[in-house]
Amino acid sequence: MTSEITRRDVLTLGASAVALAATGAKPAHADINAADVAAPSLPIEKGASLRMLRPVRFVQPDEDVFRANAKRFTEKTGVEVKVDFVGWEDISQQTAVTANSGAGPDIIIGFSDAPHIYVDKLIELSDIADYLDKRYGGWLPLALRYGRKNKSNVWIGLPFGASSGPLVYRKSIIQAAGYDKVPDDHAGFLALCQKLKAAGKPAGFALGNAVGDGNGFASWLLWSHNASLLDEEGNVIINSKETVTALKYLKELYPTFIAGTTSWNDVSNNRAYSAQDISLTANGVSLYFSLKNDPATKAIADDTEHQLIPKGLAPISPMAGLTLNAMVFKHSPYPNAAKAFLQFMLEKEQYEPWLNANSGYWAQPLAAYADAAVWSGDPKVKIFKDTMKSTYYNGYKGPISTATGAVNADYVLVQMCASVATDAATPEAAAAEAERRAKRYFRR
Amino acid sequence: MTDNVVSMSVTTLPSRRLVQRQPSWFARLLDYKPFLIVICLAPAVGLLTVFLTYPLGLGVWLAFTDATIGRRGVFVGLENFQYLLTDPLWWGAVFYSTLYTAIATFGKFALGFWLALLLNNHFPFKSVIRAIVLLPWIVPTVLSALAFWWIYDPQFSIISYLLVDVLHLRATNIDFLGSPWPARFSLIAANIWRGIPFVAISLLAGLQTISPSLYEAAMLDGATNWQRFRYITFPMMMPILAIVMTFSIIFTFTDFQLVYAITRGGPINSTHLLATLAFQRGIAGGELGEGAAIAVSMVPFLVFATLFSYFGLARRKWQQGEAND
Repeated sequence: MTSEITRRDVLTLGASAVALAATGAKPAHADINAADVAAPSLPIEKGASLRMLRPVRFVQPDEDVFRANAKRFTEKTGVEVKVDFVGWEDISQQTAVTANSGAGPDIIIGFSDAPHIYVDKLIELSDIADYLDKRYGGWLPLALRYGRKNKSNVWIGLPFGASSGPLVYRKSIIQAAGYDKVPDDHAGFLALCQKLKAAGKPAGFALGNAVGDGNGFASWLLWSHNASLLDEEGNVIINSKETVTALKYLKELYPTFIAGTTSWNDVSNNRAYSAQDISLTANGVSLYFSLKNDPATKAIADDTEHQLIPKGLAPISPMAGLTLNAMVFKHSPYPNAAKAFLQFMLEKEQYEPWLNANSGYWAQPLAAYADAAVWSGDPKVKIFKDTMKSTYYNGYKGPISTATGAVNADYVLVQMCASVATDAATPEAAAAEAERRAKRYFRR
Repeated sequence: MTDNVVSMSVTTLPSRRLVQRQPSWFARLLDYKPFLIVICLAPAVGLLTVFLTYPLGLGVWLAFTDATIGRRGVFVGLENFQYLLTDPLWWGAVFYSTLYTAIATFGKFALGFWLALLLNNHFPFKSVIRAIVLLPWIVPTVLSALAFWWIYDPQFSIISYLLVDVLHLRATNIDFLGSPWPARFSLIAANIWRGIPFVAISLLAGLQTISPSLYEAAMLDGATNWQRFRYITFPMMMPILAIVMTFSIIFTFTDFQLVYAITRGGPINSTHLLATLAFQRGIAGGELGEGAAIAVSMVPFLVFATLFSYFGLARRKWQQGEAND
């Protein structure tokens, strides 16, 4: 569930950063527990310089602090680091070109599955990953999943943070329906949605071609019924009785949504929620911030709460965070400098200010950073702290591959859900069709 | 005098020598016709090769491989095409592309021709209004698509707002894009809106080439308005109709921006055109080979549509001075 950035969001947060800089006030810092562990020896190559790409910021302080951290590395080691910020839509294509041409940036921070796709073009990062693991209380489950090669301890990516989309709801409306929070089971959730519909402030979840929100909802529906796209070996098992059960549940749930969610894209739920047309949806923290920072919608923000998405039959609230995942390419002439740089950026002197600067948009991959100052700020943002504790990921529960990302990008699961919701197909037929399409992507 | 003659001969001597000197190899080279042809054509051929032939050839080649983004493919023959023939989504895209092209082209020509006839009359501010009519065509498609996206929004549509909150004609918002058939026709309507100016202005240009004397003669013979349209305007417009229609069919069949910006092929793939499906599979889904195959599969349809409109409409015997049977 990608969060949408609004311009206002960026402006206001940018302005507050400027104000901070102007007054010379420093944001609060927390004490991060760091074990005394010997860092791996990484003799930096002579004359080394680095070029890296990373996705553009959510908020201006992200970029400012990241650049400041990189500058500190240059001051400390003499290694020039050139950081380029790339649009989210372009980063995977640029990674593909870099990997295939064997030229270009030394380091790329891509998204979730990228290191798994280009695994043979990357250098192993196990030494710094192990060091960070011991120093900062261990990598969280989502980081372990995205950072290491499938079923091994070989680190190919270094997660920098994750962003997720829990439930966002209007406290007063939920209370008026007779609940103090959203029920965690399917029957209770359905009953709540029915009451919200009757009250004229329904729930709304994207079932259109929305890469973030649509896939997030479809994945929740499957995972909370213990259905999944793949088994541990990577076989497509979407056509299962669990999937059919999940789709039958959706058939009951969908009529409680606001009309038109089959045409929703990633911003539609933000707009409908801000316009007070819906009282319950799932989204990243950006929705809350955009409401909070606009005086016209401040009241809605005050009435807004976040909650983990219902567990259903799953052991934990099943959602997958979009993960920033750093990788170092074999073609880099300065692998030690690159590794030293990534390690430097994840050390507490650099990482905590960066995490705080992101005000909750990204959550840490290492357990010790749960004490970061950002999580003791606005209580409504605190829920995002545990994003990377999730054991669910895109392509759960198989190995991560190109095809898992492709199935998401091609909306295979979203369309399976939408076709059942709108009575275009029976649950059985929809599951079979999803299996056919997924198998095509997983044929090699 | 003699002095003068002598001095003249002295001064002209060098210039005469210059004329007699053989032209340099470079000048001779430039006079050599085959060389000149090569030199003058090279930039054009180079540009076409680099920016047209190579990408086109690469696209066709990719259609026969299983390339993905991030991985070089191997030749797989017709495998991609065989898969597409068994893929209901591809058939759906073929169906909608054909429907979209047929209805949108008909709509654009009916309304565009009508608009052209209206604009061909004399009225105040003629040039200004003709310029304004072009606006939907001039505005970048993505911008107009975004406008339509708002117009068709399930929650914030201006049309729903007028019908529900202002005129109280309906109790609920219209769900333009939420189910297949309304979504399909909503997109067709947007395409017609966008395409009318092109047709209207092109046909207006054609209308103005028809000699007024033909109409005067017809009026003297007592022809009605309809007869003048049917037996003078329409036949005289046939050649330009054929060309404009050929272009219009190609533009419509290969449309991408409008659909991608408004529905991304949804809901449930009901509004995928072949172009959007090719992008969806090839770039978003990463299956370059399959995406290229979908794009290549458009070619036969385009060739057929072009031949149909060109030969069906343009080649009339009367244009070659024979009877029209």
